[in-house]
Amino acid sequence: MLAAMRVSLFIACLTDLFAPDVGMAVVQSLEHFGCEVDFPTAQTCCGQPAFNNGFPSDARTLATRMLDVFQNADYVVTPSGSCCAMIRAHYPELFHDDPARYDRAVDLAARSYEYVEFITKILKVDLSGLSLPEDEKFTYHYTCHLRTLGASGAPAIALLQQLGGASYTEMEKADQCCGFGGTFAIKYTDISGAMVRDKVQCGAATGADTMIVNDGGCAMNISGGCHRQGVPMKVRHISQIIAAAIEHSASKAKGAA
Amino acid sequence: MTEAVVEPQSSRTRLSLPVFRSDFMADAHEASADQRLQTAMDNSVTKRDMGRKTTLAELPDPNALRELAGQIKRHTLDHLDYYLELLEANVKKQGGQVHFAVDSRQANQLIVEIAKRTGSKLVVKSKSMVSEETELNEALTEAGIEPLETDLGEFILQVDHDHPTHLVMPVVHKNAADIGHIFERYFKTDFTDDAQVLAEMARVHLRHRFNEADLGVSGVNFAVAETGSIVVCCNEGNGRMCVSRPRIHVALMGMEKLIPALDDLPIFLKLLARSASGQSLTQYSSIVSGPRRPGEVDGPEEFHLIIMDNGRSRILAGEYRDTLRCIRCGACLNSCPIYRKVGGRTYGSVYPGPIGALLTPLFNGLEQHKHLPHASSLCGACFEACPVKIDIPKFLIMLRGDQVKAHITPWTERTIFKLWTVGLRFGWTYRLSQIAQRIGMRLLKDKQGWIKNLPPPVNGWTKQRDFPAPAKEDFRTVYKRYRQNQKPSVRR
Ligand code: SF4
Repeated sequence: MLAAMRVSLFIACLTDLFAPDVGMAVVQSLEHFGCEVDFPTAQTCCGQPAFNNGFPSDARTLATRMLDVFQNADYVVTPSGSCCAMIRAHYPELFHDDPARYDRAVDLAARSYEYVEFITKILKVDLSGLSLPEDEKFTYHYTCHLRTLGASGAPAIALLQQLGGASYTEMEKADQCCGFGGTFAIKYTDISGAMVRDKVQCGAATGADTMIVNDGGCAMNISGGCHRQGVPMKVRHISQIIAAAIEHSASKAKGAA
Repeated sequence: MTEAVVEPQSSRTRLSLPVFRSDFMADAHEASADQRLQTAMDNSVTKRDMGRKTTLAELPDPNALRELAGQIKRHTLDHLDYYLELLEANVKKQGGQVHFAVDSRQANQLIVEIAKRTGSKLVVKSKSMVSEETELNEALTEAGIEPLETDLGEFILQVDHDHPTHLVMPVVHKNAADIGHIFERYFKTDFTDDAQVLAEMARVHLRHRFNEADLGVSGVNFAVAETGSIVVCCNEGNGRMCVSRPRIHVALMGMEKLIPALDDLPIFLKLLARSASGQSLTQYSSIVSGPRRPGEVDGPEEFHLIIMDNGRSRILAGEYRDTLRCIRCGACLNSCPIYRKVGGRTYGSVYPGPIGALLTPLFNGLEQHKHLPHASSLCGACFEACPVKIDIPKFLIMLRGDQVKAHITPWTERTIFKLWTVGLRFGWTYRLSQIAQRIGMRLLKDKQGWIKNLPPPVNGWTKQRDFPAPAKEDFRTVYKRYRQNQKPSVRR
């Protein structure tokens, strides 16, 4: 048998604090797919907020820490699209005049994947054997930072459609930003509020039970928008759906045995 | 080269771009609550954005074409001195005259002088963003010359004393009923909101006035250095009228609007029409090479090309050179979720949307328009849309950095980021701050785990949406237990 793929999880601060269940869903689904998962506890933040707000030297400090923490990882996988974009697109740029760290940044960038990207491109998983405990209608929000990763929403939607019991309806303006944007949501709350209302309305109009979102920040924003507006739609990371399907299929198999 | 006479220093103190609005936050507040504006936006800009995607997909490799267009623009900017000289020489060879203007005041002055010398009373204009930049209409009016906008949208705005809010759809903020009321007042007729009827009213009116005009002013979509030609793209035919009907034609361009050769033109025409309006080609693409020659039946007697700097050479010399690639197609506006919510007026000056958020502070100085670089979620839709691949989010972040360096960013924010970095720099400080946040925020939550009112400085969040409280345990705690028991148990 092939040696198991070694995956180091980069959880990202928001998921660590607000959505441990997303982190666990990532861990358990990756393990189900045969990966050996470890979680380097020294990790903190990728530095994206500092970078985005025009504090590149602070971002460099944190990026250096990340280079150290994930020095020996084979693959770095994160549920956060924007943090992955930070590592892949902006770390090399941050160190462009520091050759030693630049090389390490390029190396880390090449080993870093967003969750969906990793399970579709590297693991090439097929979920068609799995099914959900209950039929569920989904819609999908295209997280902006997937653009930076050169990724479309198609792989995530295809994964959903492989699951038994899942149906998918595209929402209008699926690729329009939800209005998160980090400090943007706080500083420019009027604009951000109009954006998130638009997103919630487009999602709700599909009649979906659940909106799938690939980033912790978007998830907080959209779920907060739903809650404020009294829209009962759930907002989930795709790993949570996959983990639920894995668990259900396993218990079904047990029941049958 | 015809050197213009100017009072050189007085212009230094002026801003390069006119400022129409200066309270970004107030305007953003008002616009983002304006459902009517948002509906108008979805019906126009969001639709156009889809049109762009559809027509671009017709091309065999749209991304390669965008890349190529960007490289051609970059090359031209890198050798702008060479291409400007080439353009000048070739326009002269075609019998045209070339003038350089250091700023908008000088550009206006040149046009006023030409109008006066040729005894022109009525100036017809085709749509030109650069003439908005110079506020040419005001300058002409002051000199006793009547300017007349002939693009339908611009005409409506002129009659209504308003400003364009989009690069290619100037009246996007008005609906048919608004226009009906404007025409009702102007033409003293009955009100109608039938778009066909309104367009016909303007067309008949403008058609007569074209015949009276002495001088036509056009913008320049592309100036071809190799041939000394200028290219004017339009959909209504008014552009072609402006460059051919009056005795005199003055074309006004920003000095970055060059392309090297005629062979490059098809690349840009393909991209411009698709990006601007989701068309394969604009209805009219007029290539103008000098004035009427002996024996020709139409065309102007004189052709003038005014090449304006107005701050561009300063941008060219710095790190923001690539922003000058812009061909003013408006695709970044159409794709922008912020623009869709706040409309063009909120951007305060001539150039709205993502590219305006860059250009306005670059032209007018970082001290001005402090909000523009920040009022973006950095979603990257503009970069994805831009036919010449201007990495707008990257430049917005650079402007934010320049604001920090220039101490324009408030010290409170600078201090917060310093502290924040320290907090995340070590494992134990990170843990401590996560624990503090968890405890603090969980005190504010309701039974379902939601926070309705966050305290300052983060209260902005809960003005618009609820905030999920942190989970009872963070991921690393849950994970540790999972590893210890190899059993999942997430407690909320
Ligand atoms: S920045 Fe790009 S997308 Fe925006 S107007 Fe200019 S060319 Fe068009």
